[in-house]
Amino acid sequence: MEIEKTLSALSKECPDSILKRADRHGMPEITVGADSFLKVMETLRGFGFDMLTDVVGIDRMPRMPRFDVVYLLMSMEDFCRLAITVELVEGQDVPSVSGIWNSANWGEREVFDLLGIGFSGHPDLRRILMWENFEGHPLRKDFPLEGKDFDKPFDTETIKDYF
Amino acid sequence: MSESKTVTLNMGPHHPATHGVLRVVLELDGETIVNATPVIGYLHRGIEKICESRTYQQILPLTDRLDYSAASANNLGYCLAVEKLMGIEAPKRAQYLRVIMAELARIMGHHLWLGTHALDIGAMTVIFYAFRDREMIMAMNEEISGYRLTPSFIRIGGLAYDATDDFIQKVRKFVQWFPKALEGYHQLLTDNKIWTTRTMNIGKISAAEAINHGLTGPSLRGSGVAYDVRKAFPYSSYEDFDFKVPIGETGDVYDRYLVRMEEFKQSIGIIGQAIENLPSGPVFTDNPWLANPSLEEVQSDISALIRRFMINSKGTPVPGGELYSAVEGAKGELGFYLVGDGSEHPYRLKIRSSCFYLASALPRLLVGHMVADAIAIIGSLDVVLGEIDR
Repeated sequence: MEIEKTLSALSKECPDSILKRADRHGMPEITVGADSFLKVMETLRGFGFDMLTDVVGIDRMPRMPRFDVVYLLMSMEDFCRLAITVELVEGQDVPSVSGIWNSANWGEREVFDLLGIGFSGHPDLRRILMWENFEGHPLRKDFPLEGKDFDKPFDTETIKDYF
Repeated sequence: MSESKTVTLNMGPHHPATHGVLRVVLELDGETIVNATPVIGYLHRGIEKICESRTYQQILPLTDRLDYSAASANNLGYCLAVEKLMGIEAPKRAQYLRVIMAELARIMGHHLWLGTHALDIGAMTVIFYAFRDREMIMAMNEEISGYRLTPSFIRIGGLAYDATDDFIQKVRKFVQWFPKALEGYHQLLTDNKIWTTRTMNIGKISAAEAINHGLTGPSLRGSGVAYDVRKAFPYSSYEDFDFKVPIGETGDVYDRYLVRMEEFKQSIGIIGQAIENLPSGPVFTDNPWLANPSLEEVQSDISALIRRFMINSKGTPVPGGELYSAVEGAKGELGFYLVGDGSEHPYRLKIRSSCFYLASALPRLLVGHMVADAIAIIGSLDVVLGEIDR
């Protein structure tokens, strides 16, 4: 598919949804607002983007809005890639696209786990890589590399609470 | 009226057939699976977080430990992403040797899959033959890089060293010999009645569903989708080689088995073409900020001395920018979403793990099958937990 045609069809379908456009070393990227996001994704699925390759969360502190969630889409017909970015302030939710692509289920869970971004309408939003009562979100830039309790002595009593 | 009761069975994380520390919570009605929940994260090392505080060169050994059964393919994917951001390309000879390393890694990964998958289903002989041949590739890795499992041989900008004559001889011998060994694997399994009964019509997934679940690699191709990153987005001179992308029809365990068996053949074909047409020339790009200056240079040239010191103490700055770069790992599309901010370490490195999405499709594949089939299905997806958990 031709990306120019697709994007102009998209702006006809969802007017004023595309806020920014960029080229990521050959892969086109569009930034959309969180309110029109779900409609954009549904439209793109209808245009033939049938694979959701990955969901990437980025903490861009101290930029406001703080977070980016990048959805990497691909059409399996002609292997055309497109990245969709949503910018979010802290505490703002993105509508989940796991109803459109099943792969979003785990992809969004990972972003939720590691960056603490909520996905409204997600069927099973739990931590995935970290354990359930872990506190904090490791991939946030204000999370220490050594972990939160690195300066406290190892205590078998507190560790019991984890299990 | 009898009330149906379900039993919850915890498979893993320390179960030999889950190939690592994958845990699947199975809800059983009799022996039939009615619900399956994969639980991952037991091998989470926070590689993406660690990457943010390491220099680009220091990250390389970490990528070995993603899909450790086919480490060179991960090195290649990472190096290509960084090189793309820097706008450099490795010399032709390095590209060919990279292809040889990545394809050897693919064969190595498939050997591990073949041996353990067959062992899980009850065919014990295969693992001995598979590991005998895997050992030969390990010896090649050792010859060229000094390491057997995690070579870190592919570096940003080229290769760590040029290939030795001994390595080239070993590869040539292997290329000649391996098709015969492959014939042997086929004789053990392909028409084996027990094997076909255990694998045919098990864990079926249609092409549309496989795409929707984000499956890539041999598991997607088993469902009949000819998507291979090497063909769709050629990198590292893959367009120079003549190879086919094998696909299956029904998308069951047996088709995924056949696809991987055919990939053995295609990979050895690529290695054969690459080793025979190996171009001469340097194996490292001429960017002076990537390679360590030699000791002679350091002793005679002050700027080389400073450069050597800077590279080793601070690392190499990489221009800012964002990109997604993918390669075909042994298990599927291995992608790196790299955000650079102009410093010596990435601002964010997201690893698109193929096994992560393969494991996410497990509930869809397992439900409705017997417990014994769960073993066959997990084996046929060929998940490696180092890559799932990162």
